[in-house]
This record gives sequence, C-alpha cells and structure tokens, in this order.
Amino acid sequence: MLRVVGAKDVDSLFQATLQRYLFRGKLKLPPPVSELELKREVCAILEKNRTTDQVLSFLGAGCWQHAVPEACNEINSRSEFLTAYTGDVYTDLGRFQALFEFQSLIGDLVAMDAVTYPSYDWATAAGDAVRMAISATGRSEVLVPRSASPDRVGVLQHYLGSGKVSFYGYNRRTGQADLDDLEEKINGGTAAVYIENPAYLGFVETDCHRIGRIAHDSGALFIVGVEPLSLGALKPPGEYGADIVCGEGQPLGLKQYYGGALLGFVACRDDERLLNATGARLITVTDTIERGERGFAFALPERVMFAKREESATFTGTTAVLWAITAAVYLSLLGPSGVQELSRTIMEKSHYAAQVLGDIPGVDAPLLDSPFFQEFTVNFGTRKVKEVHSALLRAGIQGGKDITFEFPQHGNSALYSVTEVHSMEDIDRLGDVMRRILR
Amino acid sequence: MSAPGQTAYHGARWQEPIVYELGGRGRRGFKVPTVEPELRGAVGDVISTIPTNMRREKPPPLPELSEPEVVRHFVRLSQQTFGVDSGINAGVGTCTMKYSPKVNEALVRSPKLADLHPLQDEESVQGVLELMYRVERMLCEISGMDAFSLQPRGGAHAVFTNARIIDACLRERGERQGKDEVVTTVLSHPCNGASPAAAGFKVKTVYPDMKTGIPDIEAFKRVVSKRTAGLMITDPYDTGVFDPNLEEYIKIVHEVGGLVSIDQANLNSVLGRLRIGDFGADLCQFNLHKSFSTPHASGGPGCSPIGVKKALADYLPSPTIEKVGRRYRLKYDMPSSIGKVAEFYGVVPNVVRAYCWIRSMGPEGLLETSAAATLNDNYLIKRLSGITGVTLPWSRTFPTRLQEARFSLETLRKDTGVGIEALNRRIVDYGVQRLFPGHEPWIVPEPFTPEPTESSSKEDLDRFVEIMNAVCNEAYQQRDIFRDAPYNCSIHRVDMKAASDPKKWALTWRAYRRKRASQSAIGGKNLSKAWSRRQKPVRRQR
Repeated sequence: MLRVVGAKDVDSLFQATLQRYLFRGKLKLPPPVSELELKREVCAILEKNRTTDQVLSFLGAGCWQHAVPEACNEINSRSEFLTAYTGDVYTDLGRFQALFEFQSLIGDLVAMDAVTYPSYDWATAAGDAVRMAISATGRSEVLVPRSASPDRVGVLQHYLGSGKVSFYGYNRRTGQADLDDLEEKINGGTAAVYIENPAYLGFVETDCHRIGRIAHDSGALFIVGVEPLSLGALKPPGEYGADIVCGEGQPLGLKQYYGGALLGFVACRDDERLLNATGARLITVTDTIERGERGFAFALPERVMFAKREESATFTGTTAVLWAITAAVYLSLLGPSGVQELSRTIMEKSHYAAQVLGDIPGVDAPLLDSPFFQEFTVNFGTRKVKEVHSALLRAGIQGGKDITFEFPQHGNSALYSVTEVHSMEDIDRLGDVMRRILR
Repeated sequence: MSAPGQTAYHGARWQEPIVYELGGRGRRGFKVPTVEPELRGAVGDVISTIPTNMRREKPPPLPELSEPEVVRHFVRLSQQTFGVDSGINAGVGTCTMKYSPKVNEALVRSPKLADLHPLQDEESVQGVLELMYRVERMLCEISGMDAFSLQPRGGAHAVFTNARIIDACLRERGERQGKDEVVTTVLSHPCNGASPAAAGFKVKTVYPDMKTGIPDIEAFKRVVSKRTAGLMITDPYDTGVFDPNLEEYIKIVHEVGGLVSIDQANLNSVLGRLRIGDFGADLCQFNLHKSFSTPHASGGPGCSPIGVKKALADYLPSPTIEKVGRRYRLKYDMPSSIGKVAEFYGVVPNVVRAYCWIRSMGPEGLLETSAAATLNDNYLIKRLSGITGVTLPWSRTFPTRLQEARFSLETLRKDTGVGIEALNRRIVDYGVQRLFPGHEPWIVPEPFTPEPTESSSKEDLDRFVEIMNAVCNEAYQQRDIFRDAPYNCSIHRVDMKAASDPKKWALTWRAYRRKRASQSAIGGKNLSKAWSRRQKPVRRQR
C-alpha cells in the first residue's frame, strides 16, 4: 500500500500534512488490555453501582423505570440498525420505514398528523417546539407555567434564539395553571403557550381546552409536553387544540441508563407553516417507479442545516434514531389495548402508593390536590426530605426526587414516581418503612 | 440473458408492509404486569378521577400484533438496512464508519449500567461516575484541553454548546456587545455555520482560494474584525485537507478578542498525533460515535463531549464530574455555567463504550488507528484518482490527505451526464453503501467523499475501487442503465414528488390514509402480493 501511495512509511504522511502540528509526545493513557481484561476491569467498576433492581426506587422526573420487553432489546441490538448511519433509502429502506412507523405511532398516540425525526430528549424537543412557534408566528415570547420542570425550561432557553421565556403562575394548592394570570400575561408578542401534561409535578392539567383557546385567541400557538404512556388514559393533545406536541420517549421500551437513553419527539399539525419552521428531518411515504411499491424520502429537504448552513438557524444531525426504532417496536407490541391497560395499571399503582403514604401521620400525599398519573408530590411537613430519604436508603429504598430546591414554595416535598414495576408488596414496604421513620 | 442492471449482489427485498397493515384485531405482544386485586380494590376506578373532558375516549388506533409478528417485521426491516457490520462503507466520508467492537456492546448491556436512575443517591452510582470521570480525563489528555463535559448529544449539538459558551464567556467579560459574529470556513461541517446561528450569532463564511483549497490568509483577515466573537471550524476539513494556517487563524482571532472552537469530528486520522489544545484552541469537540467507535445507531444516540481550556471550564454545562478524595460526585456548584444543554448527563452507554475502546487501544493503539486510517485514505485516493471521470481537486497543493478526500465527478457528468446523484443510485447495486457526496454548497462540483477509516482492509478497498471503476465505465458505455437504477436493492428508484408537495407528503400513517385513501388504488397486473394485501380496505379500529 505504501508503494502505491508513494510514501516510505506512514509517518511521512503525517509529516507531509500535520508538519509542525505533529504531536511528538506520548499520551499518558493506560496501556492496552485484552478483551478478557477489559471485561474484568469494567465489570469490577460497574459492580460498585446499585441498580434499581437492588434498591427499591421511586425516582422519575424525566427518566422512569418501566418493564422493557426483551423484543425491544433484541431489535435495538440488531447489528444492522446498530451500525447503520446515513445511507439512502435504497440501502437503508428498513431504517427509513422504521422511522416512518415511529412517526406514525407517535402521531396516533398524540393525535397529530405530522411527527418529525426524533430529537435528544423532552427538553430539547420542547426547545425545537418553541423555536418552531417563534419562527412560524414571527413573535418572540413563550409563556411557560411556573410548575414546569425547571431543568427542562433551563434547557429550552438555550434554543430560543432572539426569543424569551416568560412565566405564568399556577395554583399552589392544585398545581393547575392560573388562567387569569395567563390571560393577563398573554399579548401580541406571545408566540406560544406551553404546558406539560401530566405536569412535571405529576398532576393532570384539566383546563387544557381553555388554555388552548386563550393561546389561539391571541394568535399564539399551543404547545403541549407529554409523557407518552399517560395517553392511554388522558385525552391526546391533538384533541384539545394543541398545535405542537413534544415529549419524552424513554418510557417506550428504553432502559434508564443513568439518564443516557432519552428520546425526544415533536409532533404538529400537518401545516406547511409549522413544518417549514422545523429544522428536523421529516420522513414521508412516497412512490417508486415500480407500480404499487412504496418508498420513503425526506420531505422539505431544503429547510435543514445540511442544505442551508447558517441560514437555517437550526441544527440537526445525529439524534436518537435507534431509540426511535425501539419505541416503534414497543408501541407495536403494546397496541391500543396494551397502552390503555398499562396507563390504567400505572394509575392504580401510583394512586395506591399515594394512599399508603397519605395515611401516614406527618405525610401529605399527594400534596397537590388534582388528578394525577404516575408521579405525585409528597410533603413531609417539618421533616427535611434529605433526612427522610437518608433513612429510607438505609432500608434499601430510594425515595423520589427531592424538589425542595426547585420548589421551595412547597416546603419539604419530593416527587414520587410509581409505575407498573412496583408491586403492592413494594409499595407496602415503602409505607411501612416510612411510617417507622416518621414515628 | 440477465435482466438490465443485474449484478452479483441482491439486497433483501421483503416488500414489507407498514406495521399498521400487519396483525389482526385482538392481538398483542405485551402482557402488562399484574395488578393485585386487593390493590385494585383499594383504589377503585382510577380512570374516573380524570375529569371526563380529559379522558381518552377511544384507544389510540395503533396496530395490533403478536410478539413474533413484531419481531419478524423489525428483523426484516433491519435486514433491509446496510450498516458497518453489513459490508463496505468506505465511501461514507465525514461519518467515520468504523467497526464497533462487540465486547463493548456486551458490557454496556449490563444491568449494572442499564438499570441506573440518573437521580440515584451518589453513593449507589460510584461505578458509573468513575467511568465518566475517567473518560473526561482521557479526553483531556488526547485533546490537550483542561476540562470536558460529556453532555452534548451529537456533533451539531456540541458545536452549538460551544457557541453558547463563547456567548456566556463574552457576556460575563462584558464584551458581548458589539461582538456578534462567528467566523467559519465553508469546507467545515455545516453545523459550524448553523449551530452558532442557532445560538444567536451572525455567521461569516470564508471560502477557500480555489487555486489552493484553503482560505487565503488575507481573505481570512478581512472577515475577522472586532465584531468577531469566535472562530468555529473543522481541521482537517471535510475535503481531507489539513489547513496548515490554523495557528495563524487562531492568532488573528485571539488578537481581536475572539475565542476559537475547533470541531474535531475529523479526529480519527490524527488521534494521538494532533492535540488541538497545544495550539491555542479554546474549545473543541469530539464525536464518540465517530472517532471513539461507539456505534452510529442508525443516527444516534451519539455523544459529543466538548473540551475547553481552564479559563472556560467554569462555563461548561453543569454538572461536571469531580473526584473528592476517593469519591466521585456531580458538581452543580458552577455559578458561571451555561446550565444544562440537554437532560441529565449525556449518553452514558456511549461514554462507557468509549472508555472500553480507549482502554483496549492504549496510547499505541490510538496511534495505530490514525496510522491505518491515514494509510487507507491515501491508498484509496491514489487508486480512485486513476479512474476516468474522477478528479481530486487541489491534488497538487494537497496531495496527501487526512481522514477523507473530496473528489469530483464533474468530468464524468460532463462526459456522460451521470453525476453523483445517479452514480449513488447505481453503486448500491454492487452491495456497498452509497457514497457521501459533500455538504452544500458544492464548492467541489458533483462531489463524493470517501473515508475508509482503519476498519477497511486492503481487500475491501480494492473491491471498492473495482466497483467504482465498473460504475464509471457503465456511465461511459451504457448510461441508460442509470435512469432507473437501482435494480438490485430493497426498492426501486423513488419518486421525489411527495417530498415537497403538501398534498402528497405523509409523515404519519394517519396522514397517509387521509391523503391517499381517496385516490383509487393503482391497478395493473404486476402487483406484488404485499401490495395486493395493502389494497384491502384498511381495518377499522375500535
């Protein structure tokens, strides 16, 4: 090969290119290991972790523990999906079709006709959604309820460009959006009104139709962020006036991976103005030259960064396609009745947990007096969450997320997540230990 | 006589229906965990707690399939997908289609990693934090930077994050006013224009001197001014040219008070041989899904850590990972931080895969990687340069390339009418992945950009050249074949009309049914079995 290249050795290739930039030192990295040694080393390090199977965990807040069907793991281990990247539809028909199916299944879950390529997570999906709204309306302000996830709002603020976030209030007792405040804040510069449903704090927003109307009456768009498994029980946002829907797909067949397996999705009305405003790729069904054969293509390819560089003022690229394919597998496995039954099961378990905790003297659960889905707020009165949770940990239980710092107005409170993975015995155990701690 | 366009290859062609066309009423592939009757008795009808106006009236109209049907469907789709593990990907430049070792896959599937919640008590996640910390340190050593964040999820996201850091740093220094421009070069990846624009900067793009392939220093100087907030470029460029003026650019931008961010998506060919931090760059980024062998996953999850010099460490997204004594912890106390750019801490399984890869390579292995990648690249360049119709712009000024090379098919197009679009439809008939053309705008006309990486053998490269040669010959001798190519792939040539027609595009099955249901079915006797199945009236959902 060197002869063909016309070089005496490989080093000369680097000398010819890197010249004075060539690093001549030796990297201070550990020496290489064999496969066997690597396995021993990494397993020994990972062994220090205690998993949510070893600790009884009630954490959620953006990443949730669910039963993951092995079929999901099998398909996302398929080496073709695992190692493909950017081929055209001729070599990668399967990847295109699986993505179209992902778009379709999410579309049916949220009742919207258009769904985009996946994004990184709920927060960045919300960023994409508000950016679309700003671009489509030519306005700059996004109204977000103070009950929304502070982390998520922090992330989405990176994506506003020249726009800005303003907050509207919520009812401290119920969590429900304060519509009077919303009506006061909304104005001709409002590009969108954002809600989360179920909200970050677990409760269900019940006045969604009205929130949508308030947005639309001002010429603003209505954006709804969702946890998808709730949609077996809750009305899909497409049926209460949402223009754009975003959310987190991790519950759809993905393990927790320390928060490293997230999947954002964005859906919207099939409206040119909105679709032209997204920087994400869009897969459409199309025909081929063979009669009756279906193909796939990127819709509106001229919008994206790859065609317009800085003029697109949005970016795309590697996102979370393998996870989107996994979500498609998951929703295909569950089907309509599976999603519905799972929604109800989660609600039953979480309501039982709220009941068990709420019966303990010194505990107020759910703190917010509203319908809820799988997460709910738990208030410990005068006891610090940190203290209570340390005691729980000693008993092998990981309490919910401490929200004392995010929501000081709610005192010593935590956000508990209960899903289909929790048995009655688990929940009773939480109750017994909690009762003992708070005695 | 063989059919037109036939080659020895034939891709899987299942004519696989859309998942909605499979299955049947009442089927399901998932059993929901049991609800204990006592528990159900205690809570009663939970659905009734939702006000009626917020209840889902009808179940979502999803398809109904058994588990075997679902698995078979998606396995078939996977068989119609061409990954690194499927065959030659040497034509897919800027993507670094290298092999991902299987041991790394086995390790990240450990429940000890997969079943961790990101908000768990830190004592219970010391193992994963240790691996993340170690990767940060390793990346510092490889880059010559002082601190890393693992949070960004892809190359464009990392460049965006770096633009946000430049913005935050200039604001804190009180210099952002009047500094509103980011300079990039057009042969850098397009995200170096798009991401700073998305972060609120005006973007100034420097074009190369068409004689040399790199910008003229004087032209570069003219674009830089006191309004320059930053320089955001790749080097080596996506043409495979390493721009030796890098240090001058950095100096020029630093002189006007701008910061320099180098997108090192093209790190693979200089691993262990170029430490950007040693040359004054303030920020950089790596794509773990490129240089560090984590699988491309059909388009993510990726993971693109960013590295910065000490002076910018305080601005990194929070939290970073710190070691206190023998314990690892997430450091949130970072008042100047730009905050999170995505939820939680990055694509953790990819961080662990990268750890495994660096550990398996060691310092010698990294050098061997860049050596093999660069030798492969230059061997391929020499071999491809001999093909009629193929030219390598700037081969006189930059005969030796790194990472990849941007060729032109302009001669072929002028001679035969076959350009990159048509050639790409035909080359896939030979059982290789298509060529990556080049990003827009096409400074190099009719471009293609091969990148063999270290994972191609000499035999792979020779085969690839043979195929390129065969396809270019076809262009000269039987160009009609290109009109309807491909012939041997999973589907035939796609009609692009739906792509830009709002009446025709359908981004979901529900939209498809709405838009196309009224159109009468396409008749004809060549209908495939799968298609005739499709023609049955769509099953009504409950």
